Amino acid sequence: MAEIALAGVTRTFGSTAAVDDLTLAVGDGEFVVLLGPTGAGKTTTLRLIAGLERADAGTIAIGGADVTRLPPAARDVSFVFQQYSLYPHYSVYDNLAFPLRAPGRRTDKAAIDRRVREVAALLRIEPKLGNRATQLSGGEMQRVAIGRALVRTPAIYLMDEPLSSLDAKLREDLRVELKRIQRELGATVLYVTHDQLEAMTMADRIGVLAEGKLVQIGTPRDIYERPDSIYVARRLGSPQINLLPLAALNGAASEAPAGATTVGVRPEDVLLRAEGGRRGSIVGVERLGVETVLLVDLDGTPVHLLMESRDSARLGENAGVAIRSGAALWFDAAGNRIATDARHTAREAGHG
Amino acid sequence: MAEIRIENLHKSFGDFVAVRDSTFEIRNGEFFVMLGPSGCGKTTTLRMIAGLEMPGAGRILLDGEDVTWRRGSERDIAFVFQLFALYPHMNVRQNISFPLRLQNLPRREVRERTERAARMLRIDHLLERPVGGLSSGDRQRVALGRAIVRSAKAFLMDEPLGALDAEFRELMCEELRQLHNRIGATTVYVTHDQIEAMAMADRICVMNQGEVQQIAPPVEVYERPATRFVASFIGSPAMNFLPAVGGLPAGAAEIRIGGGTIRMPRLHEPVDRAEAVLGVRPEHIRLSDRGAVRGRVFGVEYMGTRQLVTVDSEAGRLRVRAPNTVAVDYGDTVGLDFDETRLVVFDPATDRAVRSDFLAGTAPGAGGAHG
Repeated sequence: MAEIALAGVTRTFGSTAAVDDLTLAVGDGEFVVLLGPTGAGKTTTLRLIAGLERADAGTIAIGGADVTRLPPAARDVSFVFQQYSLYPHYSVYDNLAFPLRAPGRRTDKAAIDRRVREVAALLRIEPKLGNRATQLSGGEMQRVAIGRALVRTPAIYLMDEPLSSLDAKLREDLRVELKRIQRELGATVLYVTHDQLEAMTMADRIGVLAEGKLVQIGTPRDIYERPDSIYVARRLGSPQINLLPLAALNGAASEAPAGATTVGVRPEDVLLRAEGGRRGSIVGVERLGVETVLLVDLDGTPVHLLMESRDSARLGENAGVAIRSGAALWFDAAGNRIATDARHTAREAGHG
Repeated sequence: MAEIRIENLHKSFGDFVAVRDSTFEIRNGEFFVMLGPSGCGKTTTLRMIAGLEMPGAGRILLDGEDVTWRRGSERDIAFVFQLFALYPHMNVRQNISFPLRLQNLPRREVRERTERAARMLRIDHLLERPVGGLSSGDRQRVALGRAIVRSAKAFLMDEPLGALDAEFRELMCEELRQLHNRIGATTVYVTHDQIEAMAMADRICVMNQGEVQQIAPPVEVYERPATRFVASFIGSPAMNFLPAVGGLPAGAAEIRIGGGTIRMPRLHEPVDRAEAVLGVRPEHIRLSDRGAVRGRVFGVEYMGTRQLVTVDSEAGRLRVRAPNTVAVDYGDTVGLDFDETRLVVFDPATDRAVRSDFLAGTAPGAGGAHG
């Protein structure tokens, strides 16, 4: 396994920079997830590293070697695409064995067999080894596609939304499996998704992209608790973070640091029936099972609250609403966060 | 406004039974969600209510009136398909008023009703705008406006948010529910997305393989699932299922799982097979040194204020939802403590939940989640 280093990489299509002066380092054995909406430059970044796109500027290094000008085959990279691309006339077994049988690899037959069965067991497609690729469900095909990347041990793995076509249950299972496999192999993985749950649960670090630029990179906890900007704050958390004018909640205006124009507060950090809180009426109650989402109308400003389902709340109820002490995030007019140090300690203490 | 009664409704396509002998009632003013995987019969049921499909047997009553054999256009029901279809050459007002103009209503009435619908959806400031330049949210609202402007007896919606990305779907779910709170029209909504169902429904009807599995409010379906299918389909991550050791007599209040014995709500009926299945939600397990069942941590997933811990236990792999303040790492040996008031036992022969103090609502704390 190897580290990946991008320095000042730019790729333009016509007049738009899909990737704009991107500098990013992925450590040896690290799982980094690039998160961003459609068009943020996630997939182009992967394709640049794989050599499927040429960089207009900047350098790309894998394991310390400059690969910027090397063809894809010379980069020792495994790529899992969003759309599974299997050989339809091959069996699952042959699809998995294919990368090992490539000329020049000279892996012996017994070793290939062992590896194929290992990977098939890992991805729970063992019973299907004899099936043709065309006889598989979508979920099975995608597992074979992931398996084909896993059979060899390249320098790095690049994955482009590999789980997005699977159903929820399988995605849950594969998330934890994939992370486990990565840890056990000590694999370097750069993974692209627009699914915040995948990013939060699998990443060692999340890189948030906006319009081809890396706007923040850090551990999931960093990104969630200390986002550098409103843009980043909105990428994680469901329901989304509340972004309120300072006047919306009692006390916010007096606590706000100089320059703050917006207070950001996660729905789980809004307290209901708070003494001295701003009065509002509950206009929405969504009982999601483990948690309940409330929508409170504070004089025309909607605020979301996330509560344990055991707490009761009634539609139409009038209640005081306040921010958990120390949980506020402050943003200036440009949408950048104004750092304070209270937040971290408050969260540690707030959830027992 | 209307109530809809479904009596012994049945529909086959060749050998395939799409809907099997369904009987239920959709109450006046209710937001009723039909939920299930593809092929479960939910859309076929909806299409029969709409009159787009004729049943093989059974009756459909709209406000007590038998409409089973009446044409869709004579049922006074508004059917909302994928919400995105708008007429691109018309402006917002023309799009919304289109169904009224088809009916040749007086111009003044058309204008008033169109504007009322637009106000309800908070798009009255967009009425003269072409639909081409609208945001996707506003386009969705216009399409919805075209459905509600008819003031039909009931609204039927077939996966209307299916094509949207997650962030926007969340927003539209909330808006749809808010709209329902304002106009209170009987709504039947079909989806395969359990989160949509939980977020919007007054009651959820869970279907599988043509059969109704359970009809109940979201919390009820989540906490007291009637079948193992319901328990696994609702909730993310899914409920954990653990095989028990030994059979269970009626009155049993303990169950053997792996190497440990844990307390559970008293059963009202026996499980004759040896392999009863214990169902427990990830948030009803605590990591605790005193836990009766032991296991090894297979995965830890960060989820904001929570973490999801996957444990390989003596009874199989399971998931625990824990506060993120609990320090736990891969490979750790942990004890598992089960919330004894909220466990459900399933009979492996029928996959039905076994009646118990908890399911009957008599266990202490069993009513705690209902506000």
